[in-house]
Amino acid sequence: MIIQAFAFYLFAGILLVSALMVITARNPVHSVLFLVLGFFNAAGLFILLGAEFIAMILVIVYVGAVAVLFLFVVMMLDINFTDLRKGGMQYIPFGIIIGGILLFELIAIYSYWIFADSALQNIALPIASDVQNSEALGLVLYTDYVLPFQIAGLILFVAMVGAIVLTHRTRPGIRKQNIASQHSRKPSDVLEVKKVTSRTGA
Amino acid sequence: MEFVIDFILWGWSFWLVRTVVFTLIVVVGVLLSVAYMTYAERKIMGAMQRRQGPMTVGPFGLLQPIADGIKLFSKETIIPSQAHRVVFLLAPMMLFALSLIAWVVIPFDQGWVLANLNVGILYIFAISSMGVYGVVMAGWASNSRYAFLGGMRAASQMISYEVSMGLIIVCVLLVTGSLNLQEIVLAERPIWVQILLFPMLIVFLVSILAETNRTPFDLPEGESEITGGFMVEYSAMTYALFFLGEYANMILMSALTTILFLGGWLPPFGIDPISFIPGIVWFALKTASVLFFYIWSRATLPRYRYDQLMRLGWKVFLPFTLFWVVLVAGTLMSFNALPNQAVEVNPVQEVVEAVEKTIRIIEENVEEVIEQIENIGDQKYGPEENESNGNAEEQQ
Repeated sequence: MIIQAFAFYLFAGILLVSALMVITARNPVHSVLFLVLGFFNAAGLFILLGAEFIAMILVIVYVGAVAVLFLFVVMMLDINFTDLRKGGMQYIPFGIIIGGILLFELIAIYSYWIFADSALQNIALPIASDVQNSEALGLVLYTDYVLPFQIAGLILFVAMVGAIVLTHRTRPGIRKQNIASQHSRKPSDVLEVKKVTSRTGA
Repeated sequence: MEFVIDFILWGWSFWLVRTVVFTLIVVVGVLLSVAYMTYAERKIMGAMQRRQGPMTVGPFGLLQPIADGIKLFSKETIIPSQAHRVVFLLAPMMLFALSLIAWVVIPFDQGWVLANLNVGILYIFAISSMGVYGVVMAGWASNSRYAFLGGMRAASQMISYEVSMGLIIVCVLLVTGSLNLQEIVLAERPIWVQILLFPMLIVFLVSILAETNRTPFDLPEGESEITGGFMVEYSAMTYALFFLGEYANMILMSALTTILFLGGWLPPFGIDPISFIPGIVWFALKTASVLFFYIWSRATLPRYRYDQLMRLGWKVFLPFTLFWVVLVAGTLMSFNALPNQAVEVNPVQEVVEAVEKTIRIIEENVEEVIEQIENIGDQKYGPEENESNGNAEEQQ
C-alpha cells in the first residue's frame, strides 16, 4: 500500500504542477509539452484506480493523436503569446464563473448530495473482480449504454463533417495527380511507333 | 513484529532484485541486437549491391558495431547556440527510453515476459504512438529549417499510419479475443482465419516501415532532400540515442508482427516434432525474418514522394483496413467462430425462431385475434367491411 500511496502522490503532484505550467509557461510549445506530461500522469492515476483500459486509451488518443496535432499547430503558427495575453484580464469574470460551477459540482459529488431518488439508479456499478477491464466495458457499452454511445459517435461525426466543410476549399490552378487515370493509361494510348526511312529525318 | 517486517522487506527486495536483473537482461539483449542489426544491415545490403560490407574490424568485421559505438561515445556533443537546450537534450533521451520500455510486455517464450499486462497490445500501441514526440521535439528544438521540416514530416506520417495499424490490430483482436500478448499468440487460428488475416499482414508490414521511418518511407530523414531531417543538428551520443531508438523500434515492430501474425514462440505451421527447439529460438528467427524484410526493402525500393505517402496511408490503407475489420467481424459472426464464445447464439436462427414463435401464437389464438380485429373494424368502419379488413391486418 505504501508504494501505491507513493505512486499516487507522485502522479498527482506532477499532474498538478504540469497543469499549472500549461497556463503559466511563456513558450506555447512548452505549454503543449506540459499538457502531454499532464495527460500521461492522469493515465498513471487511472492505472492506480485499476482502470488500465481507460489509461491506455487516454495515452493513445490524447497523447498519441490530439496533443500531437496541438503541437503541430502551435509549432506552425508563429504566435506571440505575450501580445495575446494583453486583453486577457477581461475574461477573468467569465473564468471565475466557470471555475465556480466546476468547484460546486465537485463539492456536490464529494458531499454525496442527492438531488433526486432516481439519480441513485444511474450511478455506475463497480465491475465484478473476475472480469477484465476491457471486457467489463464491452459488456455494458453496446447493451445498456448503446444510445449515449451512438449519440456520442454521431456528435463526433458531425464535428468531423463540420471541420472538413469549414476548412476544405478548392484552389484553382493546381494540377492534381490523378492516380486512376495514370494507371489506366496504356502504351497504345500515348506511344506511337513510327517507321522512319533512312536519310529522311523525323 | 520485527521479524515480520524483515520478512516482508526480504521478499520485496527479492522481487525487486529479480525484476531489475530481468530488465537488465532484456535491455542488454535489445541493445546487442541493435548493434548486430546494424552489422546485418550493412552485410546484407552489401551482398545485395555486390559489395562486401564491413570487413576490417575483427573476423568478418564482426567487431565493427562495437567500434562504431565506442567512436560515437568518445565524440563531442555539439549543441547549437540557438537551440532550446532542455528540449534539445530531452528529445533523444525520450525517444530512446520509449523504445526500450515497450519491451516489458513482449513475451519471448511461454511465460518469459516482464509484465504480463492484460492490455499488453494497447500498451505497445500507446508507447509507440508517443515515439513521435521525440522526433517532433528534436525538430523544433534544433531551431533549424531542415530539422523542423523533418519533424513536421515525421509527425504527420506517424499519425497517418497509426490509424490503419490500429485497425489491423483490431482485426487480429477479433480473432484472438484478448488484449494480452501471450493469449494472442496462444489463441487458436484455423487455416481459413489465417488466410483471412493474410492481407492484413501485408498492410501491417508496409505500415511498420512507415511507422519507424524506414525506407521507402524515410522522408523525415530524407538525406537527399532535407539533409538529415530532425537529426541534422545532433552529434555524438545524442545522435547515437536516436540511432539506437530507431533500430530498437524496428526490432520491436518486428517482434510485434511475429506475435500478431506469425505465431510468436510457437514452432512454424504447428509442426510438433520440432518443438524440442526452445520457443525463444523460433521467436528470434521469426523476428529476424521480418527484420530481413526491412533491410531488403531498404536495398530495393526508392523513396516515396511525400504526397504519395499520405495518399497511401489515408486513401488506400485506411479504407481497406476499415473494410477488412467489417469483413473479419462479419465472417467470424456468421461462422459462429468468435473467440470466447461471447455470442453463443446464431443471429439468423434467433430471428427465424422469433418469427416462428409469433406465427405460432397467432395460429393458436386465431379465433381470438380475428374477434378482436373484427371489433376494431366494427368500431372504425362499421360491420360490413370487417372481413376484408380483418384479413389484411392478420397478414401484417
